[in-house]
Amino acid sequence: MSTKHTKAADLFIENKEQQVWHNKTLHFVRDKRDKMAMQLPEWEVLRETAHKIKMHTITHLDHYLDLFSTRAEANGIQVHWAKDAEEHNQIVYEILQSHKVRKLVKSKSMLAEECHLNPYLIDKGINVVESDLGERILQLLNEPPSHIVMPAIHLKRQEVGKLFEEKLHTEKDNSDPTYLTRAARAHLREEFLTADAAMTGANFGVAETGDIVVCTNEGNADMGTALPPLHIVTMGMEKVIPNLQSLSVFIRLLARSATGQPVTAYTSHYRKPREGCEMHLVIVDNGRSEALSNEDHIQTLKCIRCGACMNTCPVYRRSGGYSYTYFIPGPIGINLGMLHAPKEYYDNLSACSLCYSCNNVCPVKIDLADQIYKWRQNLDSFGKADPMKKVMSEGMKFMFERPALFRTGLKMAPIVNHMPRPLIYNGLNDWGKGRELPQFASESFAALWKKGKVSAANQKRSNHEQ
Amino acid sequence: MKIGLFIPCYVNAVYPEVGVATYKLLDYLGLDVDYPLEQTCCGQPMANAGFEDKAIHLAEQFDHIFDAYDYVVGPSASCVAFVREHHPDLLKKEGHVCRTSSKTYDICEFLHDIVKVDKLPGRFPHKVSVHNSCHGVRELHLSSASELNIPPFSKVKDLLSLMEGIELFEPAYVDECCGFGGMFSVEEPSVSVCMGQDKLRNHIQTGAEYITGADSSCLMHMQGVAKRENLPIKFIHVTQILASGL
Repeated sequence: MSTKHTKAADLFIENKEQQVWHNKTLHFVRDKRDKMAMQLPEWEVLRETAHKIKMHTITHLDHYLDLFSTRAEANGIQVHWAKDAEEHNQIVYEILQSHKVRKLVKSKSMLAEECHLNPYLIDKGINVVESDLGERILQLLNEPPSHIVMPAIHLKRQEVGKLFEEKLHTEKDNSDPTYLTRAARAHLREEFLTADAAMTGANFGVAETGDIVVCTNEGNADMGTALPPLHIVTMGMEKVIPNLQSLSVFIRLLARSATGQPVTAYTSHYRKPREGCEMHLVIVDNGRSEALSNEDHIQTLKCIRCGACMNTCPVYRRSGGYSYTYFIPGPIGINLGMLHAPKEYYDNLSACSLCYSCNNVCPVKIDLADQIYKWRQNLDSFGKADPMKKVMSEGMKFMFERPALFRTGLKMAPIVNHMPRPLIYNGLNDWGKGRELPQFASESFAALWKKGKVSAANQKRSNHEQ
Repeated sequence: MKIGLFIPCYVNAVYPEVGVATYKLLDYLGLDVDYPLEQTCCGQPMANAGFEDKAIHLAEQFDHIFDAYDYVVGPSASCVAFVREHHPDLLKKEGHVCRTSSKTYDICEFLHDIVKVDKLPGRFPHKVSVHNSCHGVRELHLSSASELNIPPFSKVKDLLSLMEGIELFEPAYVDECCGFGGMFSVEEPSVSVCMGQDKLRNHIQTGAEYITGADSSCLMHMQGVAKRENLPIKFIHVTQILASGL
């Protein structure tokens, strides 16, 4: 009984020191989030409002997308529509090609990850440079992100120091964070100056104004878009919101939930191309309109990609981002992976103890745990249910539907208490890995009741009191 | 007031004393308590593992057995939460209306909200760390969840405070999961055990002699880890403390 997640988690936990550090580091982010949330008396009202705005928008998406794209076009932005990842990548490449772009600086975009844009462009000879520090570190390592907000959170500064030594020729054994950040900055400055085009994602698309809103802490999106004559924005179609008033609700929730900051250092509004420059917006579906018609899972479209569900998830913190097979880990990643390709990503469904903490931290109140529960119910229908779990469930069903058999079982169970240890604690007993089995009672509650011993216990008391 | 005692399958087999303590409390409070012998399991283990269809008949069985009572009361927050949150949906699939889910209570919320117990005899002069179980906190709202910005409360602590001499503590990361999670514990044993170890360490660091809670399943999981590692802590269900003077 194990999934790909189980096996990867085993390996992660084997390195105890790393696991403890990862758990602590991520919980520290949850603590910071709590501090911020508790400072706002209206926090729960904000969450409820954000949920309602998102539900309203995604259920009137045709209207808001129409409004948003019309306004954006009126502002001078060229709007493109991509039905899937492939079309998205083609559109981006064609724009780059028509401008003879050789070097593209990118700020962080989960949508670009979702579409596997970087390998596609690199394959076509474009030099793609990630400008978010975490993303850049991972690009130099040739690794994917392990968290959506803090993509390199699994790395310690010593590992970054070593990498920079090799790639950026920094001093040997110097892993001072300020020193390394400065080195990265100097290196990226050169990339910014020589880029032919910039690409950003979008945290929000404001329908009323046509604004594209990007939130970063490093200012890298602004640095990237300020210099080259071409700016491409890639945006999932669920990112549109009605107006600036609703934006204010999300801005108050986003950074507080994500990193425990009141607001990100930069909240940039891109409304129109710079004088003499071009700005393109690619709006992507890639399965989102199908999710819209899925009553059980439509709420995933409310996600603002803050990562709070990861930071609180006791399983994510102890198994790391790479233990999941979908590129987005944690509760939201389990669900997005299943929506995207259930037969490919069902392994992640085991990574949940149904503790429901994710539901409570989510700033837009996505029913994350409930959805995981629902996905589990579907596994059997496409032949991906765990055979052992199925046998166990069938066995329980058989016994529990027969009360007399259940009571016989209760009578027989204590035999297990006296079985030789190797017979019980062996490779087949997953409970026995790290835990002792509970002892069955010599007389079950049902047996005690039948023999009148339960009420006798109180009888004794009332006699005594008399 | 007729009470149907709901003793979950594993409590029946492993912790009958928790069932006895529950009965004692209800009987002491002058309630008419009956234990229908035909009950078995609420169906949660299969449903959480992804086999809800195998729990449908059990939900029907439950609804039928307990229909005649005014209240159904059990000493297990998680099982009660399953009845409350999932039985109506399960029965809907069969075209039935669930009659028992809304009158099914965990013993702690029943004592706190319905009977409104404000005194109990007995002393429990011990240091006790309260285990806030996930389903108790986030589904039944036995205490305020740490994630939410709402006024803090704890029905479990309110009840335990009725005992003379008791000293109550709560662990760091006050309502983080202990790692049980039904079949999660055997499908993801490494993560599950790791969560159990962390949780135990936080409980033990309070200096408590006992860990108590409204869910014997979490206690069973932590007890299994503690026993394997010879950790110095004892386990006791809330009802056993509350009934200790009866």
